[in-house]
This record gives sequence, structure tokens and C-alpha cells, in this order.
Amino acid sequence: MSTQPTAANAVSHVHRDDTGSKLGMWLFLFTELILFGGLFIIYAVYRFNNGEAFHLAAKELDRLVGTVNTIILLTSSMTVAMSITAMQEGRKKFSMALVGITIVLAGAFLLNKYFEWGHKIEKGIYPKSPEMMNMPHGEILYFGLYYTMTGLHALHVIIGMTVLAVVMRQMSRGVINKDSYVRLESGALYWHLVDVIWIFLFPLFYLLH
Amino acid sequence: MSDHSHAEKVHIVSYGQYFLIWLGLLALTIITVALGGIDLGDWVVITALTIASIKTMLVLNIFMHLKFEERMFRIFVLVAGITMAIFIILIFSDYAFY
Repeated sequence: MSTQPTAANAVSHVHRDDTGSKLGMWLFLFTELILFGGLFIIYAVYRFNNGEAFHLAAKELDRLVGTVNTIILLTSSMTVAMSITAMQEGRKKFSMALVGITIVLAGAFLLNKYFEWGHKIEKGIYPKSPEMMNMPHGEILYFGLYYTMTGLHALHVIIGMTVLAVVMRQMSRGVINKDSYVRLESGALYWHLVDVIWIFLFPLFYLLH
Repeated sequence: MSDHSHAEKVHIVSYGQYFLIWLGLLALTIITVALGGIDLGDWVVITALTIASIKTMLVLNIFMHLKFEERMFRIFVLVAGITMAIFIILIFSDYAFY
């Protein structure tokens, strides 16, 4: 990078490297890819060895709930992406509202997940339950992976909501503003990753009957 | 590395473009759900993963701005993707053909 003072640097008088910040965020996202990637490989191998059981177990999952949650996450990805455009245009209030909507949608996703898990637990399907331990080996693996992977994903949704809440607070205080919004961009990147992981979880668990 | 000023790098994506991508993502979701009701045999997994990959490309390129960032970002993502592909291919060469 050149050390030539740019307009933005001259105004703020602080060293800033937005490209570096974003690259750092992407590197972090790659560690998340490896984390979930490992689980996807486990899923693939178990599925390969227990095709029939995975088939049967997947029928337990409610396709409609999964589809609704997919639409919720895709929409939330759009609103957080739009909040960057709003911030670039200097429409602070609108930008904050869009981040707010994203957080609300994330909450709706979790609420759905809560009822979905609750329904399954009511039916006696949860790790180590007598019901589950009587299932064929392959189905135990399926539900184990279901709880692990959607659970880890839900944890990421909670973390994403927290990150976006912090971003929103910094927007209201002006720390994130029209000329310096890389934190909003990084927060949004994290949220999109949560969306991308769900894009793969959804067909693998809900659709492959 | 060329010297871009902060102002030069800004690429503003329009609301309309985000909306179109969202529509595309919804359409792909509907397609993948509809295909789930049809018995495609061995193709079921392949079509589902292909559609998921297309959706991911849309999110990466537009929502995550990869298309508008410096080339370095795309190279990084490519390296990460190839690394993941190597993991998957090596594991499957062990499981599928033993």
C-alpha cells in the first residue's frame, strides 16, 4: 500500500486499513468453514454408510419449518446487505432500521428452531433418550448430527445477533458512520456466513428423504 | 499494489440489485424444495448440492461484495475452497472405493 495521504486519512488523522480489516474477517470466516466443513464431511461419510436410515430419519423433520427458516435467513441477509448501501448514502436511521430488522429476523429464526426442537424433544427424540437409543444405529447418527449441526448453527445465529447489536449501538453513537463503516461490513460478512451454512444444512437435513 | 484512496474503492450496490438477488435465492429455494418431492434417485444429492452452491455463489458475490472487492479477496476464497475440496476428495477416495 502506498503511504500517500488520502482524503479519508487526512480527515480522520488515524491509521485505517479497511481492506486489511475485511481481509481479516474473511480469514476468520475460513476457520468457520473448516469447523462446519469437518461436520459436513462426517455427515457425508455417515450418510454414505447408512443411506437407508438417513432416508427414514429425515422424514421426521418438518420441511415447512425448514423452508420458512430458509426464507427468513435469506431475507435477513438481504436487509443487512442493504444497510451497507444505506450507510454509504449517509442514511443513518434507515441503515440502523435495516440492521434492526435483521436482528428481529434472526430472533424469528431462533423461535422457529425452539419450537422445532421442542416438538422433537416432546416426541422423545433427543440425544441419549430411551426413544432414540432404541432406534437403528444409522438413525441415532442422523439425529446426533442434526442436533450438533443445527445447534452449532443456532449458536452462530446468537453470536451474529450479538455482533449486529453491537454494530447498531456503534452506529447510533456515530463510531460507525458514512466515512467509516468497515465494522458494519464485517458484521454483515459474519451474518452472511451464517446464511451460507444454513443454505447447505437445509437441503441435507430437511430435503433428502 | 496500486494506491486506491478510500473514496475510489467504494462500490455502492443498489437496493434493486440486492432485491433481485433475493428473488433469485427464493426461486432457487422453491426449486430445491419442489425437487425434494420428486424421486431423482442418486441425483437427489447432486442436484440439491448444486443448487446450494449456486445460492452460495450469489451470496458470496453480491451480498458479501466479493465481486466488487480487490482481486486478492477472490484468490483467498478460492484457496479456502480448494483446501476444503481436497479434504472432501481425499476422505471420499478412502470411503467410496475401498
